[in-house]
Amino acid sequence: MIRKRFSPALNILCLALSLAGTGCTRKTMVAAPSASAFGSTIIESSGGKQIGATGAMLPQPWVVQLNDDQGAAVAGAQVSFGASAGVSFDPASGVTDSSGQLSTSVTLGGMAGRYQLVASAVSKTQKKIELKTEEIALDYQSRLGRLLDDRYCSRCHDPESTPERVSNYDNLKVKPHAFTEGDTLNKMSDADLAAIIGHGGPALNKSPLMPPYGYSLSKTEIQALIAYIRIISDPPYQAPGMVYAQK
Amino acid sequence: MQTSLVTRAISLWKKLFGDPLRAFGVVSALLLALLAVAPAKHHFSEWRHYQKGYLRLIQGRGDAVTLRRHFQGGIQQIWHPELGVTDRCSSCHLGLKEASLTDVSLQPYRKHPVIPHPPEQFGCVMCHRGQGAATTVTEAHSSTLAWEQPILSARYIESGCGQCHRAGVEGTPQLNEGRALLARYGCVQCHTIKLPEGATMRSAQDAPSLVHIADKTTREWIFAWLKDPQAYAASATMPNFKLKDEDVRDISAFLIANSTPLQGDNAPPISQKIAHPAAGTSLYGESFCASCHAVQNAAANLVGGNVGPELTRIGNKAKPEWLRVWLRNPRIYDPKTEMPHYRFTDRQVASLESFLLAKADSDFLANVHLDAATPEQITHGKSLVMEYGCASCHEIAGIRKPENFAPELTRIGSKSTSQLIFLKGMQHTLPDYIAGKIRQPRAFAPGLKMPQYSFTPTQIDALTTALLAQNDFAQAMPPSLAVTAPPGSHYRPAGKAGQIMNDLACFSCHAINGRGGDMAPDLTWEGSSVQRKWLEDFFRNPATLRPALIRRMPKFNLSNEDIATLADYIMTVYQTPEFDRDSMPEAGYSVAQVEQGRQLFYSKYACQSCHIVDVKADKGYIGPTLTAVGSRLNAAWVYQWLKNPQALRPGNIEPNRNMSDEEAMSLTAFLMAQKGSGKKESKK
Repeated sequence: MIRKRFSPALNILCLALSLAGTGCTRKTMVAAPSASAFGSTIIESSGGKQIGATGAMLPQPWVVQLNDDQGAAVAGAQVSFGASAGVSFDPASGVTDSSGQLSTSVTLGGMAGRYQLVASAVSKTQKKIELKTEEIALDYQSRLGRLLDDRYCSRCHDPESTPERVSNYDNLKVKPHAFTEGDTLNKMSDADLAAIIGHGGPALNKSPLMPPYGYSLSKTEIQALIAYIRIISDPPYQAPGMVYAQK
Repeated sequence: MQTSLVTRAISLWKKLFGDPLRAFGVVSALLLALLAVAPAKHHFSEWRHYQKGYLRLIQGRGDAVTLRRHFQGGIQQIWHPELGVTDRCSSCHLGLKEASLTDVSLQPYRKHPVIPHPPEQFGCVMCHRGQGAATTVTEAHSSTLAWEQPILSARYIESGCGQCHRAGVEGTPQLNEGRALLARYGCVQCHTIKLPEGATMRSAQDAPSLVHIADKTTREWIFAWLKDPQAYAASATMPNFKLKDEDVRDISAFLIANSTPLQGDNAPPISQKIAHPAAGTSLYGESFCASCHAVQNAAANLVGGNVGPELTRIGNKAKPEWLRVWLRNPRIYDPKTEMPHYRFTDRQVASLESFLLAKADSDFLANVHLDAATPEQITHGKSLVMEYGCASCHEIAGIRKPENFAPELTRIGSKSTSQLIFLKGMQHTLPDYIAGKIRQPRAFAPGLKMPQYSFTPTQIDALTTALLAQNDFAQAMPPSLAVTAPPGSHYRPAGKAGQIMNDLACFSCHAINGRGGDMAPDLTWEGSSVQRKWLEDFFRNPATLRPALIRRMPKFNLSNEDIATLADYIMTVYQTPEFDRDSMPEAGYSVAQVEQGRQLFYSKYACQSCHIVDVKADKGYIGPTLTAVGSRLNAAWVYQWLKNPQALRPGNIEPNRNMSDEEAMSLTAFLMAQKGSGKKESKK
């Protein structure tokens, strides 16, 4: 949205500055390193489906691997990364290393929600091959919700139990819903979720194994939890007002 | 040529102003045109363009009527003279407060995410930087000749919170991590960071003293360590100073020559017959060494805590005669260590010693061959130690801790970019400069002393965020706005019990009266909570209360006398003023009451989701096991706990159930009836 009115003047200024040795912030075109090898599929090595913060770098880099028809890693092939607006990659493209992998640091955009990342390459027959993954960016409110989930909820609602972080999920007679279970949770309104968190399972005729947190958590904290549940839900949650608002 | 120009000018003048009426007409037209400049500028201003765009955007929406009602044309301003805030950002950013615009990603119309402070409270620039009073896109967002602060990238946005919130806030994990890193990695040992209240940021821990280093390790190990600390332990705190081989040779020569022997910190070998390597392995586990120390496993993952140093290659480092004494009583070598005095028997010491010494990498010191040190090397080593400021972190005999060794960073977040030297190809912004300096400190000029740290990109972002919060605004903050950290506690228990508690390093894991670690429960009111008999038994044999925990209380081989002293002290001193621990009986509740308590426990409150009373039926693994709670806890404590757990231990995760007095009483009766079977419940 920034107007580019004086761009010739700016270019001259840049030239003058760089001649003076001060350097200039304008991006210069870097010639892409030429690739000599081709693969046929891209697989993910690590770093997909992470949860990060808006505008911040994801905790782990996204590592992809290029394989050929036999499933062997292909070194020295060109892979480039792309995503919806606001996402940046460092590097945005590169050549796979000796183990056929390329790693990139991902910085998500300023909007909370899901971001689709695409790694793409060209096969020997000039066909485009792609790998897609999704990352989630949390804003302030949902990040607070995540902290609360970690402290209170995930001790029962997390189906995965590890020695470092034991979950009670398997021990409960009535199984709690994982917060990603969009099929169930998306049908519940915000008010329902607030009631069940604040007043416990029996408030909605559900299991008393879910205790009430209304005397321990503030309204803001319960709202934050709901915001987090909505944002990580799979399939994604559509707020009821949205369809109407967009017409 | 000139004359013709003049004649033409005169003829034009005559044409326009020759006749008074015509002159009047022309002057009026000129005046009107001049008057039209201002409204035209107004009409074609950028913010009007964006306001029209906003109206177009909301036009087709279902909520258009509401949105249009909220819309106010013209320049909008948030003004707080006492804060120096004059922000006109909302002139273009029109959707900031519109809750229903969640689907709009187009700037400048995006809704502001929910934050604890509404934008009108502090304005925008306070967190986002940029120029608030500007009304054009470039002037507001970019740095201009008259304005240095461009808009701050969202990745460092938490630095805004840190300007007022001096202590960590829950919602700012990145800022909290950055501040913790500044303290943990000793940044503040060389760089002074003053806090506005007058205090200085303190390092989280002191690096080991080097006064008696020759007793502990060899010159060869020091050489290898100084060359690359991360090669010895990937988790090492010490950064890499990128020293030349000769320099490392001389520094190691100086440190060994400068070290003085400490009386009693080494011991002759214990007969190897009583040592048992397998016993060492299990003793390492039983003593919960891994709660504090990490070891790399076969898959090269670190397993264990980070309170103490990593032990993956401890056999390459520690001299056996030193390790023996350290295991027997670490306080002889380092009186301030966080490691407890375990009171191991000779046999246990020998087993642990052989277990730990076996943790060595035969290649690690294979290529280090050092000739005997010459006096010149030692003198040169000393000058290098002074030059690199080693004494900023380490205690070294004969060398004082240097003052102001590195540039002060109190106001680094407001540093003018014109004072900075950037690297080639680097963005000319302050955050990029700070991050670049942390990433590659030596790249900025030859001969710089700052060492190379091995921070991850996320850690660098966190550190940059914390440093950006150290700015002029934070220093000049009105005291009414600053949210200061609670004063640190210097609580020390008194008397004989205090000595034992210091010896056992209770505060490394437990907090009491605001001082201590968070690995284990807060013991401030432990005397109101437990029964004396249970406490003594627990010291003798710390059985775990929580089946799921990996980190547990180790066994300290305490004498009966020490146990009695500790129990006396805890039962008398760590009492809450909130209630009288003798106000409720431990037994003698009616059968009906106990039965009602059982009903409440299993039906209404479903406590079995987190706790176990009946080992066969219940499976709650979140809270402590309650099979013998009647022999462990005090009845008044149980009652008060049921009424409001957070009143007794703030931050506890047990939900407050807001139960009536009668229900709490019945549940207390039921729980106090759980006396345990007398023998061990599980033999798993």
